Amino acid sequence: MSQLVFIAFQDNDNARYLVDAIAEDNPAAEIQHQPAMIRIQAEKRLVINRETMEEKLGRDWDVQEMLIDVISIGGNVDEDDDHFILQWN
Amino acid sequence: MPVKNKKLNLKDKYQYLTRDMAWEPSYQKKEDIFPNESFEGIKITDWSQWEDPFRLTMDAYWKYQAEKEKKLYAIFDAFAQNNGHQNISDARYVNALKLFLTGVSPLEHAAFQGYARVGRDFSGAGARVACQMQAIDELRHSQTQQHAMSHYNKHFNGLHDAAHMHDRVWFLSVPKSFFDDARTAGPFEFLTAISFSFEYVLTNLLFVPFMSGAAYNGDMATVTFGFSAQSDEARHMTLGLEVIKFILEQHEDNVPIVQRWIDKWFWRGFRLLSLVGMMMDYMLPNRVMSWAEAWEVYYEQNGGALFKDLERYGIRPPKYQDVANDAKNHVSHQAWATFYQYGHATNFHTWMPEKDELDWLSQKYPETFDKYYRPRFEYWAKEHAEGRRFYNNTLPQLCQVCQIPTIFTEKDDPTVLSHRQIVHEGERYHFCSDGCCDIFEDEPEKYVQAWLPVHQIYQGNCEGGDVETVVSKYYHINIGEDNFEYIGSPDHKRWLSIKGKQSDDKESGSSQDAA
Repeated sequence: MSQLVFIAFQDNDNARYLVDAIAEDNPAAEIQHQPAMIRIQAEKRLVINRETMEEKLGRDWDVQEMLIDVISIGGNVDEDDDHFILQWN
Repeated sequence: MPVKNKKLNLKDKYQYLTRDMAWEPSYQKKEDIFPNESFEGIKITDWSQWEDPFRLTMDAYWKYQAEKEKKLYAIFDAFAQNNGHQNISDARYVNALKLFLTGVSPLEHAAFQGYARVGRDFSGAGARVACQMQAIDELRHSQTQQHAMSHYNKHFNGLHDAAHMHDRVWFLSVPKSFFDDARTAGPFEFLTAISFSFEYVLTNLLFVPFMSGAAYNGDMATVTFGFSAQSDEARHMTLGLEVIKFILEQHEDNVPIVQRWIDKWFWRGFRLLSLVGMMMDYMLPNRVMSWAEAWEVYYEQNGGALFKDLERYGIRPPKYQDVANDAKNHVSHQAWATFYQYGHATNFHTWMPEKDELDWLSQKYPETFDKYYRPRFEYWAKEHAEGRRFYNNTLPQLCQVCQIPTIFTEKDDPTVLSHRQIVHEGERYHFCSDGCCDIFEDEPEKYVQAWLPVHQIYQGNCEGGDVETVVSKYYHINIGEDNFEYIGSPDHKRWLSIKGKQSDDKESGSSQDAA
């Protein structure tokens, strides 16, 4: 059985950069556009890297800033200064 | 690259500001300070193993929450200033908000109280901080929802006395008793019930597809509070998963206790969500996805991945999951049919779907809708068109545990109502399912005390014996304004006038034979 992790963001200006960064770092992720939200799912693991986000935004970015735009997640969370990871073991 | 952060890193900062702020008691015994930590039988050997994946400290918490609030209230202002209620898809949609404000928002407040209490009960600092933040979040949700809906209250009926109704109205005893059950349990059961079973496994079904639906129906205020609340939920869900993993890792004796709680709270949550299924399939004029589709994505797929992850602890998927999965094709229709019949005793309006809406349901539920539900709905629509809008004046049989009328059907035969009964200490008790019956048998001393609205009416505890008196005096539902059929209601007429159309008075719902 497939074991998908997912993250959903509000469809807003901040989230566009998050989605770009996730798409770049997780090429197999599937991005679903739904009214007012964007849902991203992938098999077993998804990562958001601070470095990629900072490149996309052109400014410093704190990993916890994603808390403002996230709607929901599925998977075990591993967060530190450099990344936010969702995974199933 | 220059050193980005001369300050403490996230892990160290969290350690200093959370764990290191706690202390070991010296002149009082720990079990006297935290007397509720052990009676449920959960064994905790080492609280320091508690993991907080978000590592959110109070300073960062306030910073991000303040930013969320500023965004949210800017949108509420814009919505009110621009008469946003005039831009929704259809005024029927507002009826979902009436159910939300009376059924869901008070649960946010109950959750606030619950987390404030259980946070006090844990001797581990990590758990206490997480519960403290969640308590504040839940209070915020209760408040922002009331603020968002206050604009609708100026323009539509049925939103005027939500807290009062939550404590009294027959169908609102379903969400109320759900949370009261959790809040009267021990601290670990509360977290398993609310943080894990409800927040992690089931709330996505309420806050994600329904809120996306609110956006699709032009309700800028609701989608914004919904997603703003849900941004906190991401943290709560993570707490829910960590709680379960932590308890299971602490001692093998915890596994059967947790499994029993998961079985119980999955079933209770699934029954509660029947209301949401109905909101999605019947109360959103523009539909995003069907209840069955939402259940497949957010329970079968995501819940499946979750329970596969928990297998290594000896946890299996919830008991009666098969019954719940099968019911995804039935519950929304059965719930709507019930509310339609009892629309004289609700603070919101009901109606029969229009033809294109029936077609959508037929298409989304190919196995069940045409066979079991459409003919009944077309019959009721025809009766209404001929001046006989159907209301059911017999009070329904309630389930002793979930308090929902026994309206659901057997998994293997949707033409047979599911009904269980047992005799306990000389009294007969009725249930909607094996799931609810099991919950009762496990703790009969708790559920014999249930405040069942129908029983209470018949016992004369609701200010009168007839439905009209109960509805108006005891529930504070304004008869002829808040209740009855949508077509011809004051809300309907108001909506037609907003849209510059004439109302058709011959279809008025007030001339019916409802009690």
